[in-house]
Amino acid sequence: MSEAPVLAARGLSVGHGRRVVVPDVSLALRPGRITCLLGPNGGGKTTLLRTLLGLLPALGGEVTLAGRRLADWSRREVALRLAYVPQAGAGGFAYPAREVVAMGRAARLPLLAAPGRADMMAAEAALARLGIAHLADRPVTEISGGERQLVLVARALAQEGRAIILDEPTASLDFGNQARVLREVRALARRDGLAVLMTTHQPDHALLLADEALLIAGGAARGPAPPAALVTVDALREAYGVEALIGTLGGRQVVAPAI
Amino acid sequence: MRGPLAWSVAAAALAAALLGALAVGRFPIAPAQLPAILSGAEAGPAAIVFWNIRLPRVLAALLVGAALAGAGAAFQGMFRNPLASPDLLGVSAGASLGAVLGIFLGLPVAAVQGMAFAGGIAAVAGVAALAALVRGRGEPMLLLILAGIALGSLVGAAISLLKALADPYNQLPAITFWLLGSLSAATRGDVLAAAPPALAGLLLLVLLRWRLNLLTLGEDEARALGASTAWLRGAAVTGATLATAAVTALAGAVGWIGLVVPHMARLLGGPDLRRLIPLSMLLGAAFLLAVDTLARTMGRTELPLGVLTAVLGTPLFLWLLARGRRG
Repeated sequence: MSEAPVLAARGLSVGHGRRVVVPDVSLALRPGRITCLLGPNGGGKTTLLRTLLGLLPALGGEVTLAGRRLADWSRREVALRLAYVPQAGAGGFAYPAREVVAMGRAARLPLLAAPGRADMMAAEAALARLGIAHLADRPVTEISGGERQLVLVARALAQEGRAIILDEPTASLDFGNQARVLREVRALARRDGLAVLMTTHQPDHALLLADEALLIAGGAARGPAPPAALVTVDALREAYGVEALIGTLGGRQVVAPAI
Repeated sequence: MRGPLAWSVAAAALAAALLGALAVGRFPIAPAQLPAILSGAEAGPAAIVFWNIRLPRVLAALLVGAALAGAGAAFQGMFRNPLASPDLLGVSAGASLGAVLGIFLGLPVAAVQGMAFAGGIAAVAGVAALAALVRGRGEPMLLLILAGIALGSLVGAAISLLKALADPYNQLPAITFWLLGSLSAATRGDVLAAAPPALAGLLLLVLLRWRLNLLTLGEDEARALGASTAWLRGAAVTGATLATAAVTALAGAVGWIGLVVPHMARLLGGPDLRRLIPLSMLLGAAFLLAVDTLARTMGRTELPLGVLTAVLGTPLFLWLLARGRRG
């Protein structure tokens, strides 16, 4: 009925060393669809992301990328299919945005090569697609947090994979930049047809964007399920320990904390 | 246009340092004499001094400066730390122990240099082995640094022990002199022996320079972009260690170059290792040549190179730090 998943996990256990943090996670990232990963800090969201990216070994179950076990792909082969957008930190070296985006081409380049003209064009096209072509020459240390986050999304686009995993792309962004980044995340799925997984601190983002959501709390994963079924007052109380208000606003479900 | 300007500044600095270094000295050679000497038309004392004393020393300074600064630039990027220098993983400490042991045993100069080279390589191999032993307990870069610190202090203790045991009239001055770094004894043979490993190490860094940028993003991001980080890190450490060990064997422990010069280069040409590594090599060659020229001409007796690089490097480094904060 739906397209084959780009990235899928079945009965996956994730954790560090031998210690399982979250057991039995199943999910499937399909082209054009957005999956949101919710849950309190320290609950295992990042551990799950790193396992799905192949940066941590799975402690049980399996992850498949394009139908083949993730562990059987080389790092280069993974990078050709699956891109990662980390949280945009403030540190790092003052590379121009264009050069940061061009690093997304690494998996396509021979060992001793630097990006050529075609790669730089792909980098600039990615920047243009996110509406930040004017930032190409600016050092990434001198632009705003929201712009820096979009540069990292552009780098993932330049990677030209089929799935993209974003780690809290809206954390530490102001109201306007959050909306801008979310709009681009939605476009990655709807316009570019990528399979998208993003983690977020805001249950509302799942209602706003996601086709499916997972909630990771207390050492267990719930879902994947339609966001409206997963984001309930009871589920949020259990996961975050606070009361929430859920209502309809502007024709959609909205969730806000009650304090 | 940042690139062309950076290159021309570095080239001009190198040309000025070269001209000064070839001309001045105990036996002054006028720049006007240089064409005649180079073409072989002049065969007098000026030519003899030039070919046998001045040129080997100038080449040694260029090699030492380029190697230390190039290795420093690679390490600062790879460890994502602007305070990293080529001796971070103990290559200088290991080379010093090798040389001090050689002097202590009364070995000939060539053997002392060979032991310094072997000591530098062995120290870094030990650090890498230590880090591999505790693999999986943390970020690999951090493990390397911690292993480097641990082994470095052990090697420091061994050097102190040898100094305490050394004959205070002959060996101890030789050890102290070596540890301060100097090119006063560099011969043509020394330069020819140090050049192949130093240039091979630098070549490795230069060839991989774009990809080494990926390591500046950190382990997870680099791997997610498709880089084999373990392999890249190994290649970078090998290149930097070969270059540093070779020139430390030639010149002794010369500090500060590998730390300060990459900062100057970054200010001129930005952080992209594609430009930063070769630019650091050019500036490092020019800087060390200028400092060595000062060392041999400033006083009645020659000043130790390591002392001068520290005296000049410290204020320069502080100035660069203050500037960087504002920029």
